Amino acid sequence: MTEFTPFSSLIGGALIGLSAVLLMALDGRIAGISGIATRLLPPYREGAGSLSALAFVAGLVCAPFVVMAVTGQPVLQTVSSNLPLMAIAGLLVGFGANLGGGCTSGHAVCGISRLSTRSIVATVTFMATAFVTVFVVRHMVGG
Amino acid sequence: MTFVVNLLLGLLFGIGLVVSGMSNPPKVLNFLDLAGTWNPSLLFVMIGAVLVTFLGYRIVLRRDRPLLANAFRLPTAKDVDARLLSGAAIFGIGWGLGGFCPGPALTALGFAAPGALVFVPAMFAGLWAARMLTLARPPLKQA
Repeated sequence: MTEFTPFSSLIGGALIGLSAVLLMALDGRIAGISGIATRLLPPYREGAGSLSALAFVAGLVCAPFVVMAVTGQPVLQTVSSNLPLMAIAGLLVGFGANLGGGCTSGHAVCGISRLSTRSIVATVTFMATAFVTVFVVRHMVGG
Repeated sequence: MTFVVNLLLGLLFGIGLVVSGMSNPPKVLNFLDLAGTWNPSLLFVMIGAVLVTFLGYRIVLRRDRPLLANAFRLPTAKDVDARLLSGAAIFGIGWGLGGFCPGPALTALGFAAPGALVFVPAMFAGLWAARMLTLARPPLKQA
């Protein structure tokens, strides 16, 4: 079981949105994490902004430590220790996000906010396959 | 300047993920577990993020250009094609298996949990593989 946190989830979501709006206002870019991560990879093109992508990713990595320093509370994070499963999950997430042109942030936050049909379709699609995957893993295979 | 802005906005995005609880995979997986221990927190994250981004984008995109770059880089693809659908479907399966999408996986990196240390390189490999595939076989209408 995990705690249902409507208030802090709403606030956290608003912070994610604020980051997305400011990234557009200042750097003119969509805050899609898979897109930002892809800019770290070769082949490098001029104007791809690999350095700024690296800075954004560094910020993401540091975030839980900043939260811990400010609140004095530990950040709870439980990651599956099934390493082959996590390797397959990572491959699928990366491959699918690049092929589909975005992930939860790029499509489900930024794209939906732009009322993009592609993003709405992508979000419905990945939500559906994720629901089915969790159902199969937890209730049919018996995880 | 762009580097510092990206670092701070990555940090803000990551803090949003931590505050919202989405950096913790079980909370995401419980949202996806409709038939079991359903936790609707992710829905509230989405509402907060989309609300702020939708309103913010409407203000920001009225301007001619971003403050620190020459132009807004907005996706131009309009077609819902097989690539979008299959990519999103694959992404959802990976998301449902690991409970990680790209942002939360990167915020997990600093804690060095074995599952995250396996997931993130696999994700980059997946991003790279799909990118190579796309470069080798560009879609009819390039995004």
